Amino acid sequence: MTPDGPAIETEGLTKRFRSGQVAVNAIDLAVPRGSVYGFLGPNGSGKTTTIRLLLGLIRPTAGRHTILGARLPEGAGTALPRVGSLVEGPAFHPYLSGRANLHRLDAADRTVDPRTATARIDAALDRVGLLAAAGKRYRAYSLGMRQRLAIAQTLLRPRELLILDEPTNGLDPQGTREVRGLLGALAAAGTTVLLSTHLLSEVEQICTHVGVMHLGRLVAQDSLAALRARTAPRIEVQTRQPAAAAGVLTALGLADVVAGTQTATALAGDVEPEKVVAALVAEAVPVRGFAVVAADLEETFVSLTGEGFDVSG
Amino acid sequence: MSVADSLPATGLPIGVPAALAPRRFGTRFFRSELWLIFGRRRNWAGGLVLASVPIILAIAVKVSEPQPGDGPDFISQITGNGLFVALAALVLELPLFLPLAVGAIAGDAVAGEANLGTLRYLLAVPVHRTRLLLVKFGAITVFAFTAVALVAVVGSVIGLVLFGGGPLTTLSGSQLPFAEGLWRLLLVCLYMTACLAALGAIGMFVSTLTEQPIGATIAIVMLAIVSQILDSIPQLSAIHEYLPTHYWLAFGDLLRDPIATGQIGNGLGLAWTYTVVFLAAAWARFASRDVSS
Ligand SMILES: Nc1ncnc2c1ncn2[C@@H]1O[C@H](COP(=O)(O)OP(=O)(O)OP(=O)(O)O)[C@@H](O)[C@H]1O
Ligand SMILES: [Mg+2]
Repeated sequence: MTPDGPAIETEGLTKRFRSGQVAVNAIDLAVPRGSVYGFLGPNGSGKTTTIRLLLGLIRPTAGRHTILGARLPEGAGTALPRVGSLVEGPAFHPYLSGRANLHRLDAADRTVDPRTATARIDAALDRVGLLAAAGKRYRAYSLGMRQRLAIAQTLLRPRELLILDEPTNGLDPQGTREVRGLLGALAAAGTTVLLSTHLLSEVEQICTHVGVMHLGRLVAQDSLAALRARTAPRIEVQTRQPAAAAGVLTALGLADVVAGTQTATALAGDVEPEKVVAALVAEAVPVRGFAVVAADLEETFVSLTGEGFDVSG
Repeated sequence: MSVADSLPATGLPIGVPAALAPRRFGTRFFRSELWLIFGRRRNWAGGLVLASVPIILAIAVKVSEPQPGDGPDFISQITGNGLFVALAALVLELPLFLPLAVGAIAGDAVAGEANLGTLRYLLAVPVHRTRLLLVKFGAITVFAFTAVALVAVVGSVIGLVLFGGGPLTTLSGSQLPFAEGLWRLLLVCLYMTACLAALGAIGMFVSTLTEQPIGATIAIVMLAIVSQILDSIPQLSAIHEYLPTHYWLAFGDLLRDPIATGQIGNGLGLAWTYTVVFLAAAWARFASRDVSS
């Protein structure tokens, strides 16, 4: 076991279902310790299947993986107690209360101290804002309350790694914000987070690393900054005279110049932004705003996974 | 939610390893399993049905005292000793009600958790799959004993109230003191528990095959009934002694003086064999199964 190795590492991890479909195709995932890893991909691209493989719920057809330094499935007993997970939405006993459901999961964990169970459960409920509804039967919970309970379940004890499959699904804006804040705080305290999500704004706000799945393959994996840098940044000038500004940009030799109604943009290329500003001022173009804009994550995502809307069966 | 103020208390301090040594012996998960079964309203309703049979039986006998030799042995003896209400009720419930009760719990064991999706969260805790099966089977056995004991206790109480106690006339014709009679009744309960636990083991295997708990329950009850039907066809006598239900009614031998051990021993041996074989089958099926519900 290498304590400083990646929190999650897979080697050629593959899952072929009995239907013959290869849902996860030889992926080499590397989630660095302390990172917040955004796990992206269109519907049906294999994110949940990967998470099931990581947790040992399904057996890989090929490949291997380690979690927190332990090989699975043999190391499940030592690794998984340190991992909090949310897989494909919440699932609890409908006729038990939220609190009773957490007691049930806590009772199943042989590595925690039963004497602290009540305190830990209440703390977890409090952190997701569910304390007031803790005595209600799960059956009577709303979608967002169920999701919150599933998140509470990952917080029953300190974790070194959280594996979260769409944790903010169904949450109200406050809930989404709170969960984002919670994850940020946990990450700041050193917890590694693998976050599968469709909300790219969420990724831009809290993720340090990104992996993109497409048709069962990991088509990109990098730090967020490096992934962004793959698509060239653009210069954006806000002005009342976009045509004049576009002329300056063209004169400087910038490529792909576009003049809008209030803006002129171009690929930044090798020209230093300072020179562009100086040139604009020299030509007396009235500048209201000037920015070097990194590529939109959404565009990067679409360029990696294609424009098509239909899921790939 | 209070991210800021609760964080210092529960946030993970890097480098401080959580206590990870698993407790060697812990009954917490097992107790949680029992509580899941005995806390469920559906199971209380089932218990009510089980308990109502001895009550109806006792009242019916009280209202119209049967002629000697009328109906099954135990019923005609009720007026002599109230404990026979318990025994007669067990005979009446053994073919269908008790298998149904055990089938409902055993069918739920794995399929119920898979159907709800709670199975994946239990396994991710992690609960070792072998441990999960053993805990589930232990709980099924406790439930089987509770169901049998419920019928016996309710039957004994109402029997003693309506017909009185006193010495117990054995099937051999001798008389046993009342305390010995109670002891024999407990042995009957334990024997039935062993028989029903074997059915529970079969049921748990069925439960690993599907994600539909109701389907598993129906399959288990059908199996118990088919076994009894086959057992009643004389032309099939060659296979009778291998049928899971074949020795169920042998518990009458526990009421002889002295206890006749032959059939009882065979019954326990068969129940043990079914239990071991089907627990192994359930394990073989479940230990490597994909949990994708
Ligand atoms: N148990 C299964 N048997 C057969 N095929 C499956 C099974 N589970 C998933 N699949 C298939 O594997 C592919 C990947 O599914 P998966 O649930 O991993 O996608 P996902 O990336 O999580 O999608 P989403 O964003 O919609 O949650 C899908 O095409 C799905 O139909
Ligand atoms: Mg998914």
